[in-house]
Amino acid sequence: MPAVSKGDGMRGLAVFISDIRNCKSKEAEIKRINKELANIRSKFKGDKALDGYSKKKYVCKLLFIFLLGHDIDFGHMEAVNLLSSNKYTEKQIGYLFISVLVNSNSDLIRLINNAIKNDLASRNPTFMNLALHCIANVGSREMAEAFAADVPRILVAGDTMDSVKQSAALCLLRLNRTSPDLVPMGEWTARVVHLLNDQHLGVVTAATSLITTLAQKNPDDFKTSVSLAVARLSRIVTSASTDLQDYTYYFVAAPWLSVKLLRLLQCYPPPEDAAIRGRLTECLETILNKAQEPPKSKKVQHSNAKNAVLFEAISLIIHHDSEPTLLVRACNQLGQFLQHRETNLRYLALESMCTLASSEFSHEAVKTHIETVINALKTERDVSVRQRAVDLLYAMCDRSNAKQIVAEMLSYLETADYSIREEIVLKVAILAEKYAVDYTWYVDTILNLIRIAGDYVSEEVWYRVIQIVINRDDVQGYAAKTVFEALQAPACHENLVKVGGYILGEFGNLIAGDPRSSPLVQFNLLHSKFHLCSVPTRALLLSAYIKFINLFPEVKGTIQEVLRSDSQLRNADVELQQRAVEYLRLSCVASTDILATVLEEMPPFPERESSILAKLKRKKGPGTVPDIEENRKERNANVNGGPNHTSATSNAKASPPSFVGDLLAPAPPPTNRPRPVSSASFLQNPLTPLPPQAYAIPLAASAGTFYQVAAPAAASSTDLLGLGSSTSLNSTPPAAAPPTAASLLVDVFSENSPPVSAPAHIAVPATAAPAADDNFSSITTKSFHVAESILADVQEPTDKFVCKNNGVLYENQLLQIGLKSEYRQNLGRMYVFFGNKTSTQFLNFASNVVCQDTLASQLNVHLKPVDPTVDGGAQLQQIINIECVSDFVEAPVLNIQFRYGGTLQNIAVKLPITLNKFFQPTEMMSQDFFQRWKQLSAPQQEVQKIFKAKHSMDTEVTKAKIIGFGVALLDGVDPNPSNFVGAGVIHTKTTQVGCLLRLEPNMQAQMYRLTLRTSRDTVSQRLCDLLSDQF
Amino acid sequence: MIGGLFIYNHKGEVLISRVYRDDIGRNAVDAFRVNVIHARQQVRSPVNNIARTSFFHVKRSNIWLAAVTKQNVNAAMVFEFLYKMCDVMTAYFGKISEENIKNNFVLIYELLDEILDFGYPQNSETGALKTFITQQGIKSATKEEQSQITSQVTGQIGWRREGIKYRRNELFLDVLESVNLLMSPQGQVLSAHVSGRVVMKSYLSGMPECKFGMNDKIVIDKQGKGGGTDEAGKSTGKQSIAIDDCTFHQCVRLSKFDSERSISFIPPDGEYELMRYRTTKDIILPFRVIPLVREVGRTKLEVKVVIKSNFKPSLLAQKIEVRIPTPLNTSGVQVICMKGKAKYKASENAIVWKIKRMAGMKESQISAEIELLPTNDKKKWARPPISMNFEVPFAPSGLKVRYLKVFEPKLNYSDHDVIKWVRYIGRSGIYETRC
Repeated sequence: MPAVSKGDGMRGLAVFISDIRNCKSKEAEIKRINKELANIRSKFKGDKALDGYSKKKYVCKLLFIFLLGHDIDFGHMEAVNLLSSNKYTEKQIGYLFISVLVNSNSDLIRLINNAIKNDLASRNPTFMNLALHCIANVGSREMAEAFAADVPRILVAGDTMDSVKQSAALCLLRLNRTSPDLVPMGEWTARVVHLLNDQHLGVVTAATSLITTLAQKNPDDFKTSVSLAVARLSRIVTSASTDLQDYTYYFVAAPWLSVKLLRLLQCYPPPEDAAIRGRLTECLETILNKAQEPPKSKKVQHSNAKNAVLFEAISLIIHHDSEPTLLVRACNQLGQFLQHRETNLRYLALESMCTLASSEFSHEAVKTHIETVINALKTERDVSVRQRAVDLLYAMCDRSNAKQIVAEMLSYLETADYSIREEIVLKVAILAEKYAVDYTWYVDTILNLIRIAGDYVSEEVWYRVIQIVINRDDVQGYAAKTVFEALQAPACHENLVKVGGYILGEFGNLIAGDPRSSPLVQFNLLHSKFHLCSVPTRALLLSAYIKFINLFPEVKGTIQEVLRSDSQLRNADVELQQRAVEYLRLSCVASTDILATVLEEMPPFPERESSILAKLKRKKGPGTVPDIEENRKERNANVNGGPNHTSATSNAKASPPSFVGDLLAPAPPPTNRPRPVSSASFLQNPLTPLPPQAYAIPLAASAGTFYQVAAPAAASSTDLLGLGSSTSLNSTPPAAAPPTAASLLVDVFSENSPPVSAPAHIAVPATAAPAADDNFSSITTKSFHVAESILADVQEPTDKFVCKNNGVLYENQLLQIGLKSEYRQNLGRMYVFFGNKTSTQFLNFASNVVCQDTLASQLNVHLKPVDPTVDGGAQLQQIINIECVSDFVEAPVLNIQFRYGGTLQNIAVKLPITLNKFFQPTEMMSQDFFQRWKQLSAPQQEVQKIFKAKHSMDTEVTKAKIIGFGVALLDGVDPNPSNFVGAGVIHTKTTQVGCLLRLEPNMQAQMYRLTLRTSRDTVSQRLCDLLSDQF
Repeated sequence: MIGGLFIYNHKGEVLISRVYRDDIGRNAVDAFRVNVIHARQQVRSPVNNIARTSFFHVKRSNIWLAAVTKQNVNAAMVFEFLYKMCDVMTAYFGKISEENIKNNFVLIYELLDEILDFGYPQNSETGALKTFITQQGIKSATKEEQSQITSQVTGQIGWRREGIKYRRNELFLDVLESVNLLMSPQGQVLSAHVSGRVVMKSYLSGMPECKFGMNDKIVIDKQGKGGGTDEAGKSTGKQSIAIDDCTFHQCVRLSKFDSERSISFIPPDGEYELMRYRTTKDIILPFRVIPLVREVGRTKLEVKVVIKSNFKPSLLAQKIEVRIPTPLNTSGVQVICMKGKAKYKASENAIVWKIKRMAGMKESQISAEIELLPTNDKKKWARPPISMNFEVPFAPSGLKVRYLKVFEPKLNYSDHDVIKWVRYIGRSGIYETRC
C-alpha cells in the first residue's frame, strides 16, 4: 500500500486540528468549527473548480468535524468526486468519507455504486481493494444487492491478485452476515473451497473465515473443504517454524490460520475417510506434542499463540468425541494448565474440562483432577475462575464421588462469593438429589444447605426436598427427626421453618413416640418460631397446626386456643385470618373421621423433571449448564445448526410441568403407621344442596391459597390451580374422586366464570362467618381434597388446540404425543402419534379414553387398538374416531399406561376435542346476518364477554384465530372495519346449532368485547369461554 | 443544607473542594465532572441529580461552581448563595478566573469557612467580611478590635460597623435596568419585561438612617388620595409605575415596607444592591427592529433590517449591536449599511452590525445578500430571531427616584450636607425580534 508521502500531509488540516485541540472551552470549539464550516462552504460554492488536493483536504476536515460529533449536511458530492480521482490518497479519503458518512438511503448511492463498479472493473489492485473495503464497511442491503454478484466473481477469478482475493473473501463474508439472502450460492462455492489450497496464506486465512460461516449454513455444499482443511492443517503443523516466514508469529506457525481451520473442522463430524481421519489425528497429536515442548520464546505472545491453537484443537477433539486416546491426552494437558501461573489459562482449562467431563471417554480422566479443582475452588482469587471450578465439579460429579464433591461445595458455600451462592445452592441440591444413594444423606445435605445459605435457597429447593420426603416412605421418619432437631437451634432460617412445619405436619406422628419429641413439644417448638416468620410461612404453619389436630388429638385444645387468639382470628392479613377461622371451625365441627379424610397425608407427587434443574437452566441460560446427558447432543446441534437443534431446545423449554399421575386411583401408598382412617360412609353423606354461587368464589379462593403455600409440588401456583384463568377451573373434569362431591364442586366451578379476584377474596370471611354450619365446613374442606385430586392428576390441555388441529399435545422425558385431527360435520377423526423418546422399549403399552359422566352420552369416542410395544425411538400411530351426539363442555381424557424400565408409567392427557371442532362455516350477506342476529335476540341466547387482551392485538393473527375456530369470517358485514364478524353451524348428531359471533377489539384499552348468539344457551356460553381465551 | 462546594476549571479539574457534611463522599467530585462537565450532551439544567445527590452549579466564564447536597434543600437559596459567593470572590480578587482562584486558594478556603457553616449560609456581606478576612494576612487585633468584630458578627446590624467616619459624606445611586423583549415580525409585542436593580455606593459617617422614595404606583396613589384631589392623582399617576415584585437588601426594614410601603434602612458601607424589581407594564421600548427577509431561489437570501430609536432626541444610546442570524449553509455574504460597521461572523453564524452611538427618534438600515450552498438536507432553516444589544441613559421601566433622605441624629450632618449622585442605565437583556 503506498504510504502517504510528506508532500500530501495536508497542512491546513493539521492546523485546524491543533486549533481545535487548543480550544479552552466547548464554546470556543464550536466557534472554530462554525468558522471552518463557513470557509469550506464558500470553497465548495462552485464558483471555481477546486483541485484534487484542496478537495481532499476539505473533505478530510468535514470528516474530522463529523467525528467530533457535529452534523454534516454537505460535501457528499465532493467526496463522491474524489472517488473518480486517479490518485490513491484522494480516492482513499473519498472512500473513507463515504464509508463513514453516507447513509444507505442517500440519493448519491447510485453515483457511489457506479464509482465502486468502475474501481472493481479496473485492473489496479489497490483501487479494487479500496472499493471492496468500502463495500464491506458500508455493508448495507443496497450494497449487497448491487455487488453480491461481482464480489464472488472477483474472488474466484483466476487472474485476481492475492491481496484482492483476500479482501474479496472478507467482503463477501461481511455481506453474507448482513444480508445472507442476497448472496447467491452458485458454482463459485466449489471454487471457493479450493482457495484453501492457495499459495498465499493470507488468502487461505480469509477464505477459511468465509467458508466456516458458509458451512454453518449449508454444511453439505462445503463438505469437500474437510479434506482440504486437514491437508492444509497438517502442512502447517508439520512445517518448521521458519518455513512460513511472514506468517510465523513468535515461532508459532500461522496460529490464526490454524485456529480458523480447526474451527472450520468443528462444523463437521469426524471425517469418514480413514486416511484423512488418520492425518487429522496425527495433526492433533502433533499439536498436543508441541504443547509439551519447552517454549521457544519467553515472550507472552509465543505462549498465547501456542495455547490458542491448543485450545482450539482440544475443542475439536471434544467436538469429535471419538478418539479416546486424544480425549485423555487433552484432559491431561488441561490438567497441567490447572496449575499454571496464568489465571486466564486456568480459567480456560476449567471451562474446557467442563465439556470434556461430559464425554464418556474422558469422564474418568477428568475425575482424576478432582483434588486440583477443589483446591482451585478454595484458593483461587478470581471469582470467575472459582465459578468455573464449581461448574466443573458439577459436571464431573457421579455416584462415586458425589459425597465428596457435595461436601466440598457445602464447605465452600460458607465463604463463597455472594454472586455465585445461589447457583452453588442449586447445584448442591441437584447433585444431592441425583446421586443420593440413601435419602437420609440427601435430607441431611439439604438441611445443611438451608442452615448455611438459607437466603439463597430458593423455593424450588425446599419444594423439592418435601416432594422427595413425601414420595419416599423410608426417609419420612428420619426427616421428621432431623428437622425436629434442626429446629431446636435458637435461630433458624425461615426456609427451615417452612420445611420443618410441613414435614412435622405430615409426619410428626412418626417421632411422637419419643418423650423428647412428644406432640406438645413439637407444637411448642414450631409455634416458638411462628412470630418471627413472614405471612406465607405463618400460613403454612397454620396448616401444619390443623394437621397436628388430626395427628394428635391430645393437643387439639392447645391448638384451638392458639387459633382462637385475637392475633390469629383478627389478624390484619386476610389469608391468615381466613385460615384461622376456617381451621378453627373445622376442628370444632368436624368429627374425627371427617378430619382424617380432609387432613389426609399428602398423596405422593408425580415424578417429573426436577424444578431445580429447570431453575438452574433458566438462571444460566440454555446451553451453559453442563447437563451431563444432554450436553453433548446439544453442542453438536449447536455447531451444525441443523433443524434438530431448534426443536430439541424448544421442546426442552416448552415442556410444561407435567402433572402426570394415575387418574383412576390416587390412593396413598399403604403405610403401617397409626393414622386416623376415614370412614367410607362419609363419601355417601348427602350434601344439602346449597346455593352454589354464593360459595363458589370462597371455595376456589381458599383451596387456591391453601395450595399456593402448602403444596410444594406447584412449580408455580397458577400452574396448580390455574386461578389465573377461569377455563382451567371450568374445564377440569371431576376425575375419579368422590363422585357426588366432585360433580357438585365442578358445577360450582363452571358457573363462576370470572376469574377469582381480590375483592371476592376479601369477601370470604364475611360470607363464611354466618354460614359456618356443618354444610359449609364440610364443603370447604372437601374442596381441598377434591381440588387436590383433580389437579394433581390431569394434564391440562393447552388452549392452543382450540384454533388448530395439529401439534404436540404432551411431552415429557419419555414420551411425546402428537396430534393430527380432521372434522366433518358431527364426525371427527384424530391421529395420535406416540413417540418413544428413549432408547428402550415401552412394554404393555395401552391407551384408553374416558368420558366422564354426562360426556359419555354427548360424545362417542372410539379407539382403534394398537400394538402393546413401542420400540426405542419409534413412533406409534393410533386412530380415534369421534362422533358428537349433542353439545358438550368437558373434554375426554386419554389415559396411557406403559412399562418403562420396570416401572409402570401412567399418563393422563385431556384430548383437545372441543365443541367448536364441529363447526361448519357459513357464508352469508350482511343483510342475512343482521336478520338472523335479530332473530337470536332472546337474553339467554346471547353471551357477551369483555376481557383484556393477553396477546398483542394483531389483526391478521386475530383473523387466523377466528377462521381456525371454525366459523366463516364475514367481511364487510360490520360497519366498523376493525370488528370481526363470523358465522357457522355446529353439527351434532341430534341437532344443528347456528352460531353468530362478533368480536370488537379496543386498541387503546387493550380489551376485546366478544358477543355470541346461538340458538342454544349452553352452546353460546361454551363457545364464548373457548374463544375468549384465545386472544 | 449544602453538603459541599466544589470549584472546577473548564477541563473539569478540581480547584477548590470543601466538604461540609459527611453524607457527601469524595466520589461526588468525580460524579459531577463525569456527568455534567464532561457529559456528551451539553448539560443545560443548572440542577442535576446524580445518584440521589443534587448538584447545583453556576458557571462564571470558564469556571464551574457546584454546590452539592443529599438533602431536599431550597434550590433558590443555594443559587442565591452561589451568586453571593461569586460576588464575594469578585470583591476580593477581581475577575473569577482559573489563575485568580489558584492564586487565592487560601483566601477562598478562609472565606468558605466563614460564609458557610455546616452547610448553612452565614454572613456573606463583603463589607463585613473584609473587616476580619483580609488579604494581607492576619495581624493581631487589639482587644477592642476583637470585641468590635464579635459585636458586629453577632449583633443586630451585621452589615455595618460602628465608628465610620468620612470627611465628605457622599452617596451614589444607580438604577440599572435590563429590558427583555420578544416581538413578532409584524411588530406585535409577544412578551416584554424589565428587571432592574438599584445599586448604591455609600460613604456616610456614623450609623445613618436612610429613606428611599420612588414613583411606585401604590405610594403615589396613596399620597394622591391623601391630597384629596383627583387631578393630582391623575397627573402623578401618569408617571408612576407598577412594580410586579421586588426584593430588598437585608438592611431594609421589611416591616416598615409592609405597613407603610416606605423603604428605610441603615446602609452598609461601600457598594451594595439595595433592591431588585421587575415590571411588565408600560415599558418604554428603546428600539424597534423591522426585519425583511426574502428568499430568492434556493441559493440566495436577501435581508433588510431597519432599526428605529424611540426615545427623546436629546438622549444618546450607546454600544448598539444588532445580530442577524444566517442560515447554516451560508457560503458568502455581502453587506451594505448606512451607519456603523457590519460584518459576517462565520464562527457565530450571524451578521453583526455595530453602531457606536445613536440619538433618539432616528432610523438606520442594513441590507445583506446571503449566498447559500445547496445541501441534501431537507430540513428548513429555523429562522432564529434577530437580537439586539444597547445601552440607554434612562430607565425603560419608567422608574424615577423621588428622594433619598439621610438622617444621622448623633453626628452633626444633615440631609443637605450629603452629596448625592443618581444615574439611570437601561441595557438590553434578551431583546429579540422574529423574522
